[in-house]
Amino acid sequence: MVEKSQNGARLGEVVESTSTGFTTHCYRLDELPPLGGLVRGGETVQVYGIVYAASTRSIDPARHPIPRGSDVESEEDVYRDNPQLERLLVSEFQSVIVGYRLDDQVTRQLPPRPPRIHSFVRGCAGEEVREFSASMDFAPLLLAASTTAQDEVLAAFLRLARDSHPDPDGFLVRAGRELVAHFPGQAQRLGGVLRRLAW
Amino acid sequence: MVNGGGAFDSLGRVRVGSVVSGSLTGGLEVRLDPEASIEDIKVGAFVTMQGERQRYFGVVTDLELGATDDSLRLNPPGLSDPLAARVFAGTAAYGSIMVEPMLTVGADAEDGPQPAKTIPPHFSEVSLASEQDIQDVFGEEGPGHFWIGNPLDMETRLCLNVAELVKRSNGVFGKSGTGKTFLTRLLLMGILQSGQATNLVFDMQSEYGWMGYSEANRQVKGLKQLFESRVAVFSLDEESSRRRGLSPDYVVRIGFDEVDADDVRMLRESLNLSEVAADASFELERHLGGNWLKKFLDYEGGEAFQELASVLNVNQAALSSLRRRLARLERFGFMDDKTGHNSVNRILDYLGRGMHVVLEFGRYGNDISAYILVANLITRRIYDRYQELTERASGDDTQKPTPLVVTIEEAHKFLTREVAGQTIFGNIAREMRKYNVTLLVVDQRPSGIDDEVMSQLGTKITCLLDNERDVDAVLTGVSGSRKLRSVLSKLDSRQQALAFGHALPMPVVFHTRDYGTEESYREFGYMDEAELQAQTERDIEELFGPAR
Repeated sequence: MVEKSQNGARLGEVVESTSTGFTTHCYRLDELPPLGGLVRGGETVQVYGIVYAASTRSIDPARHPIPRGSDVESEEDVYRDNPQLERLLVSEFQSVIVGYRLDDQVTRQLPPRPPRIHSFVRGCAGEEVREFSASMDFAPLLLAASTTAQDEVLAAFLRLARDSHPDPDGFLVRAGRELVAHFPGQAQRLGGVLRRLAW
Repeated sequence: MVNGGGAFDSLGRVRVGSVVSGSLTGGLEVRLDPEASIEDIKVGAFVTMQGERQRYFGVVTDLELGATDDSLRLNPPGLSDPLAARVFAGTAAYGSIMVEPMLTVGADAEDGPQPAKTIPPHFSEVSLASEQDIQDVFGEEGPGHFWIGNPLDMETRLCLNVAELVKRSNGVFGKSGTGKTFLTRLLLMGILQSGQATNLVFDMQSEYGWMGYSEANRQVKGLKQLFESRVAVFSLDEESSRRRGLSPDYVVRIGFDEVDADDVRMLRESLNLSEVAADASFELERHLGGNWLKKFLDYEGGEAFQELASVLNVNQAALSSLRRRLARLERFGFMDDKTGHNSVNRILDYLGRGMHVVLEFGRYGNDISAYILVANLITRRIYDRYQELTERASGDDTQKPTPLVVTIEEAHKFLTREVAGQTIFGNIAREMRKYNVTLLVVDQRPSGIDDEVMSQLGTKITCLLDNERDVDAVLTGVSGSRKLRSVLSKLDSRQQALAFGHALPMPVVFHTRDYGTEESYREFGYMDEAELQAQTERDIEELFGPAR
């Protein structure tokens, strides 16, 4: 039974883990956190990650999905008529590690050890996002993520975090000013990130 | 922290930024915090910098906008991009201020502020100076510290150390209409209230003693109206004084016998005399003896005059031009044929009693020859007297005469390079306090005043000046003059002035104290009749108990 709560719906388990990131295998097909979403894995040391890539594919690399919806009206009908798809396909997402929580203390640096395989991974929301986004010190970790869309991910994170703050505009200005230091000589690039957040 | 960080330092001052570079001679660069608005900081404002061992007191000399990223200059965030504009303002595009370190205040407050000989380390916290800081540096209002105005945009009362002020000659400068007269009137009152010195004012436009006019043509009270029992107004033009509702304490008359050849030489420029003619007056004095001027003016033309010229060995044309020019003096109503005038002694009497004397020129104020003649003649005799008194009192400080401050206007007309060496005012400015007589020079063309005199002025207070040479003249020899220059040229044309020199620990721009309102008079202890009556009743009650 998947635990659900307002803060921290359980999304899946860690299936691959490195010092700088981890891959999570979702419990349910297509139940992926949003790009730029903050997730947390582990129990004693809770490791925070920001989602920068997601994929859904066949469990068996040798068997490719084939089209199944030529006779039905909607995409939902395809899944209803083929319940085995839930078992044959898998949704995964990759997160870059941006910090950890130990003894209720949030640190925006790499944890001593990455999360264990099978660590439960939850999505973060509300208060937890606000707490984590109080500082942009994690920006260098995010900007080192092996994706070409770092700026998109950062903008997506800020957009999600903005909604958790009582003064969204004030938050964006403060966060932006902190980020300036992490974009040395790249004001136009940071300007691009900020433009994606148009008020 | 995005959410943390206040705009106040540990002592409750408004924090503006931190020191990032600079030098002792070139000034410090202070980068502003993103939260601090560059518009809140004005040139001339005071800041304090907290070093590791001591606090520094400095003044803002310049403001600048910079960018860490050149592309922001070429491609600034547009109107459609308000978030980026707000984010970059203060971070990648920042404001910085240049601060001239002026004083250090040690951990031990007993020492008092000292001129800054070192600078605060990198990243020292910089805050706007609080009211308390200003008081610590300039002293609190009270006996000996006269409230002259407020530092720009502050409520604190900025005070001058009057005892230091009167020790040396001082200058008040500024273009016409910038508030020199108001400022001078305040200084005179400060000196009067402190009791540190007595004033002798050569009041060219009759605006210090009794009633003056503000720029808005509003009447303001003069010294005599506020401090009736301590100020005497002497007048050269009784008619004009009476017209203005003043009955002068004494009407000054000057006998022809009181005029020396020295006095005539002073008039060379204003009477347009040639060198030969001016020198001839010395010959005349020697030849004709006492009351020489009158005797000379009484010479008829013709043979007697020719004879005089040949006796003196002076060209007759030069001599007759001298006589023609000197005849102008006869037209001055205050010049008198009779001998035995003692106007100077009367002035000395009053000064000796600790009274302050204002000499009004009335209609003669428009004639610079009259002003130079009278001011020079009187001052020379007073100076001689003070010299005598001081020498007699040598070794006994209690016998020394009270210091005297002589206020002269339009000083550039008789402290020019050519004559400063010869006039009594030049002497006073140079020899200064030796004989307890100092000058308060009020002028609008400081560049016309002899450099040597200018360099001897202890405290200079200057309103707006925009002529390059005038600015140079005022700032010559002042450390950091390059930066003061930028401050000076940005002064408002009204009620703002820059003061620096002996009576102040550091240069300061201030908003001159209000003068001319009922409230401002009351600040000087003035009471109108109703109040005076009430005060008298209170005093009676205190003395004799409540009336039954």
